[in-house]
Amino acid sequence: MVGRARLFSIVVLAALAAVPLYAWAAGDASALDLGIRVMVFALAALSLDLILGFGGMISFGHAAYLGVGAYAVGILSHYGITDGFLHLAVAIATSAVIAFLIGAVCLRTTGVYFIMITLAFAQMLFFLGVSLEKFGGDDGMTIWKPADYHLFTAADRYALYYAVLVLLILGLAASLQLIDSRFGQVLRGAKSNERRMRALGYATYRYKLAAFTLAGAMCGLAGALLANLTGFVAPAYMAWTRSGELLVMVILGGIGSLAGPIVGSAVLLMMEHVLSRVTQHWMLILGPILVLLVLFAKRGIYGWFVREAR
Amino acid sequence: MSWELLLVQALNGFQFGVMLFLMAAGLTLVFGIMNLVNLAHGSLYMMGAYFAATFQAWTGSWVAGVALALPASFALGLAIDRVALRTLYDRDHLDQVLATFGLILFFNELARIVWGASPFHMKTPSWLDGHVEIVAGIPYPLYRLAIIGVGIAVATLLFLVISRTRLGMLIRASASNGEMAGALGVDTKILFTFVFGLGAVFAGVAGLMVGPVSAILPGMGEPILILTFVVIVIGGIGSIRGAFVAAVLIGIVDTTGRVFLRTAFKRFLVPEIADTLGPAVASMLIYILMAAILFFRPAGLFPARKG
Repeated sequence: MVGRARLFSIVVLAALAAVPLYAWAAGDASALDLGIRVMVFALAALSLDLILGFGGMISFGHAAYLGVGAYAVGILSHYGITDGFLHLAVAIATSAVIAFLIGAVCLRTTGVYFIMITLAFAQMLFFLGVSLEKFGGDDGMTIWKPADYHLFTAADRYALYYAVLVLLILGLAASLQLIDSRFGQVLRGAKSNERRMRALGYATYRYKLAAFTLAGAMCGLAGALLANLTGFVAPAYMAWTRSGELLVMVILGGIGSLAGPIVGSAVLLMMEHVLSRVTQHWMLILGPILVLLVLFAKRGIYGWFVREAR
Repeated sequence: MSWELLLVQALNGFQFGVMLFLMAAGLTLVFGIMNLVNLAHGSLYMMGAYFAATFQAWTGSWVAGVALALPASFALGLAIDRVALRTLYDRDHLDQVLATFGLILFFNELARIVWGASPFHMKTPSWLDGHVEIVAGIPYPLYRLAIIGVGIAVATLLFLVISRTRLGMLIRASASNGEMAGALGVDTKILFTFVFGLGAVFAGVAGLMVGPVSAILPGMGEPILILTFVVIVIGGIGSIRGAFVAAVLIGIVDTTGRVFLRTAFKRFLVPEIADTLGPAVASMLIYILMAAILFFRPAGLFPARKG
């Protein structure tokens, strides 16, 4: 039942497309911001799922690229460059380069070493952000002029919403192409049995590094969009808890599926949104939920809906 | 740059390294034996500090506070193991990371509710207050020396237990091949629980010793946890010896780097650039060191042999 998986994606995207209609009808502009936030993190979680769900690389430092992308926008804006397309290009290029360098070292290790070392590198970039006094240091800096996309600016929330939605759909389509391609098959093969893939003559390291770089670039794009949304960049974007949240989004939504991370992002952010209204100590509730989720519902939300597909 | 300053900073670095070793020893043992990645180790460090501070406030005695905090840390370790981690032993690392990530969120928030979000202070005991002259003319805080002493004592004890006692032999046997040890009649379940509790006590000791020199606050465990990861990755996961060498290395490099890098850069660079670059590079120094070591030795300096 491949149809069921596709139906799931279509329903999710249709729901996202309908949010601005609700915001417009109900006059609830905050729904628009929450929606953009969900999609930005969905894009980041999707990029993580590419290496985690399809490549078996447990990166615990994926938020680093979110920060790199956001800082690319912040620093360019700081010097008076407001062209949004240039922001995105620089964000993608910078995070790709950084992901390539980090990946080149990290992928020499496997297993728990990989988890810890990706975390450590993300922490390194976090502290780099903290020590950059010129760009706000620990407190971060405000982006005073919204990014200019020629047809609209980042301050126009409806336009930004649909722009992010289009980028998310493009990201989904590209990921779908990628995992079905020869490249994707090698990647998935390396996940299930790396030794065998190597014996078959594939230089798995190169494939994994390419995937790692690509995921970093995609997450950098998400970071740039996040900076567009908030008009603010801070080291907190790279905090290790943020990397943890991205992992949670992937698992919650359904690891190794493409629509899963989007749902995971939506559910986690809305849960935070609702719980934080009920009590300021919402983490006390979220923490045990995570433990239970891991213990009893590993396949995530996507898994509940598309169970028959396998 | 005087050599007195260098000596003091090297000692500070050594003291930091010894603390890191206390954390790393527990984490690396738990990983080596149970194959469990425990992020909540940082929470045990935090709770150790809170326990000691609270018990000291109740009893009015520093020693009594410490004496009560150690069994409390042990009990907390056992409780965490029983309630949450036991079922995770056979799961993959991703599950372990996520579940223990959940535990961290829980404990940090719990600490915030019970002890408040603002830093909690802990007094240095009067008999450890003050300075001693390590070398003529260079005063050094007595308490920091005491931390070094405790750290070395614990490290020595651990080495002796692991290499000379029957318990240590069982631990080594379980680490190299748990199933085989179990088949030969070792009750691995009790052993695992004991080792986990031991790791919790070490983390608690690290937390409560550091209490008086730094602020006790929710989330204090995570920065040190990540440094501990760096330590055990450099040292080789599962290796106590590697953990010790790497902990001292990281402690000294980090501490002296923060102090001397800016001055060193000023010799070669424009002061303005040195002021920006110095702290930036200093904060990244240990990670660069880690990358360099892993580039040449992907399994760390002292890779533990697995059966």
